[in-house]
Amino acid sequence: MQKYLLFFFIIIFSSSLSANIFEANDSPWDDGKAIDLRWELSPMVQQVVISRYVSDDNWIPVHSSTEAIGSFTDTGLEANTEYQYRLNATFSDDSLVLLTSAMPSEQWFYMGKLGFLLILLLVCLAILYYIHAAHHGKEFFIRHIAGLDSMEESIGRATEKGKPILYVPGISDLDDIQTIASLTILSHLAERCAEYNTDIIVPCRFSMVLSAAREVVKEAYMKAGKPDAYKSDNIFYLTDDQFGFVAGIDGIMLREQPAANFFMGSFYAESLILAETGFSTGAIQTAGTAQAHQLPFFVVTCDYTLIGEELFAASAYLSRDPQQLGSLRGHDFGKALVILLIIVGVILEILGISNLKEFIAGAIT
Amino acid sequence: MAIMTTIGIWVAAFFTLCIFSFLYKDNPFYKFAEQVFVGLSAAYWLVYIIYSIMIPNLFAKLSSDFSGNLILLIPAALGVMMLMRIHPKTEWISRYPISIMIGTTAGISMLRYMKSDILQQVTATMINPFASGSVPVIIGNLLLIIGTICGVYFFYFSKKQEGISKWPSKVGIWFLMVSFGATFGYTVMARISLLIGRLEFLLGDWLHIIK
Repeated sequence: MQKYLLFFFIIIFSSSLSANIFEANDSPWDDGKAIDLRWELSPMVQQVVISRYVSDDNWIPVHSSTEAIGSFTDTGLEANTEYQYRLNATFSDDSLVLLTSAMPSEQWFYMGKLGFLLILLLVCLAILYYIHAAHHGKEFFIRHIAGLDSMEESIGRATEKGKPILYVPGISDLDDIQTIASLTILSHLAERCAEYNTDIIVPCRFSMVLSAAREVVKEAYMKAGKPDAYKSDNIFYLTDDQFGFVAGIDGIMLREQPAANFFMGSFYAESLILAETGFSTGAIQTAGTAQAHQLPFFVVTCDYTLIGEELFAASAYLSRDPQQLGSLRGHDFGKALVILLIIVGVILEILGISNLKEFIAGAIT
Repeated sequence: MAIMTTIGIWVAAFFTLCIFSFLYKDNPFYKFAEQVFVGLSAAYWLVYIIYSIMIPNLFAKLSSDFSGNLILLIPAALGVMMLMRIHPKTEWISRYPISIMIGTTAGISMLRYMKSDILQQVTATMINPFASGSVPVIIGNLLLIIGTICGVYFFYFSKKQEGISKWPSKVGIWFLMVSFGATFGYTVMARISLLIGRLEFLLGDWLHIIK
């Protein structure tokens, strides 16, 4: 009996040593464009080349390795199409060919993005909760934003001098979130201008921004109870060309001599040309953008600058609208979450645990 | 052909000098160059949008295969609704395409910025600062972590920045200002190269003073 058992174990052991495995499986939780390949060969292997069948006995190499046990994910495939793979293994005195096949299929949920979904849900729920709380009378504190102090000062000075205010809503179209943030600030500014009977000039680069700006200003004048004071000609289209647009605004600043200039939204290479010309006219200047590369120019040439996120917070700060304050509080929850994640992530990395980082990194691949 | 090139160079040189004349003060030459530029660019973009966007993406596709491109009728209808602004009585119709545009932008941007501005930054900051034995690298890693945390905290609006909580905010604004200074210097250098390009045109292509 012992002899048989010994023989049985020798057979199992030797077969496990010599077993050559080459498997292809659909990559789980993906969009059906990848196949996972795995191989286990004798440790004596010198070279492994994996090829994919294309057509007419034509195979293209997709991966090569010198490892006896390994895996590889072939990407860029078409979903629901059968793919054949060939493994060519070279040993010191022999060679081996193994074949396998698999069909990639798409799944409804990409598990790798779970971290993205969880963080997004958490932040969205926080925003909804705070908006709900604000609607039910809960008051939220919002810290002082120095850049917005200029608004009253600018309107006051423009009213005293009988000069208009120039408002540039950036040079991007409505598909830029900064332009939308800019239009919400414009709404508040236009309402104040209407109250003080001060003209507001809004040159626009794109037709969609022009239409939206006109709507916003018109509504602001109606809200202020002065719909007749609204001048649609003060909100006008200049040109789609970036530097043509800037040249036009420079001309307005020089000839109309606005008492205050507001540059709010997305700006690129033209930021310094705009702000420097405005500075030379002696107007009070306020700028706000989330374009990190343009902020230095605004910081040095403008009296007040809204840095990055302050542009998005400005609307809530100015209006004190419970809904916007609640939303801002929700955003702050997101920032606190980011700080917490970074601190915990760094501590875990120091301890040699990378699970949290990998979980979040999986969401952005 | 050569005469046209020469005329082109002279026109370009004239307009370059007109724009440079602004360095002295606003003057009729600058006004002329500015208004020609604005008018030409507006006309150019109108033609460009018609021939490079409207015709190939909408009219050509609908005229060649109408039934296969029915989906294009949606943006076409939205475009027509935008044109309703022309008449005061139908102006309200244009609010719908504007609303769709703003809503779509907000939705798409939320995911895009969540990924690029938040998650990528968070994972890039989750590092072991002491992984490298090199002291400068360790200091750099610590500055990266502290700068990121304090920079984010600077934009935390729901808490009064006083007492101990004002320090992370102060450190955050220092980091921001240092980065602004570096960006300013870098971009000014790039602008100087633009000026050099213009001077090369004037002194080389136009006056042939330099080769």
